[in-house]
Amino acid sequence: MIRWLAMLALFAIALPATAQDNLPPAPYAYTQLEDPAQEARAVELMATLRCLTCQSQSIADSDAPLAGDMRHQVRSRIAAGEEPEAIRAWLIDRYGDYVSYSPEVSATTWPLFAVPGVLLLIALLVLLSRLGKRRGDDDGGSA
Amino acid sequence: MRLVYAIPLALFFFILGLGGFMLTQSKDDTIPSAMISKPLPEFDLPPATDGVEGASQADFIGGEPRLLNIWASWCLPCIAEAPQLEALKEAGVEIIGVAIRDKPDDVAQFLDLHGNPYTRIGSDEISAIQFELGSSGVPETYVIDAAGNIRYQHIGDIRAEHVPQLLQILEDVR
Repeated sequence: MIRWLAMLALFAIALPATAQDNLPPAPYAYTQLEDPAQEARAVELMATLRCLTCQSQSIADSDAPLAGDMRHQVRSRIAAGEEPEAIRAWLIDRYGDYVSYSPEVSATTWPLFAVPGVLLLIALLVLLSRLGKRRGDDDGGSA
Repeated sequence: MRLVYAIPLALFFFILGLGGFMLTQSKDDTIPSAMISKPLPEFDLPPATDGVEGASQADFIGGEPRLLNIWASWCLPCIAEAPQLEALKEAGVEIIGVAIRDKPDDVAQFLDLHGNPYTRIGSDEISAIQFELGSSGVPETYVIDAAGNIRYQHIGDIRAEHVPQLLQILEDVR
């Protein structure tokens, strides 16, 4: 049984490997920028960009070739003097909000930002009415 | 017991039920491009192998609408897609290819084995055109109208049933 499972696991690993290119990674996929300040800004941005092939990882975490090529884009654009947020905007223009892990208020995401405020407001109102009631008559029934 | 106290429990079961329901739904993890109806970005790529011409944005301007096919010799679905591209070529469609992260020898071998439906094949060794197009994998196929605007994106390999659909879209954007 274990042996069969191991075989299956091997197949699961082996199959995607056949669909990989055999070119070396792009120049800046695994190479840091010379300037530590620029590299720090690149790393910060890369940690908040979604890998498009392994969709729950950031491009900083992923070893997918497309993630490597995207890191190359980020690093070479930062080396050319582009602002990290301009690069994020460039990608959002092409892939939508989905590519960014740093959520921004938009037509689809506003409930994310509104709901906590609304819940807090409701909790506050309930609390106030309860406290007010208790001060009025001390029957303790609401505990 | 007052009915209000049942609300959190009801909410709990609602969320549980919603979670259970979502588990039965098939997951669509394709990432559509946000570039549809925008102009094809500027690019100029060298030939992918000997005996073919490179591809640039200018090659899409004028004449009839064209297909831009993102593929690679190492991509298995691209083999499955080859007969459909051939059928589209035979229907008179100009298909311009871009080989992603590919080697000239591998491209030549793929064309020998599976045919060459392309009028031009550019080589992109760092997937740069994918980021320009909002493409997240190979193969992907874009319908580009004669004015050079992106009109449609097909994600994944083109199957037999997609050929009439693509021909219709090519007709619609003329």
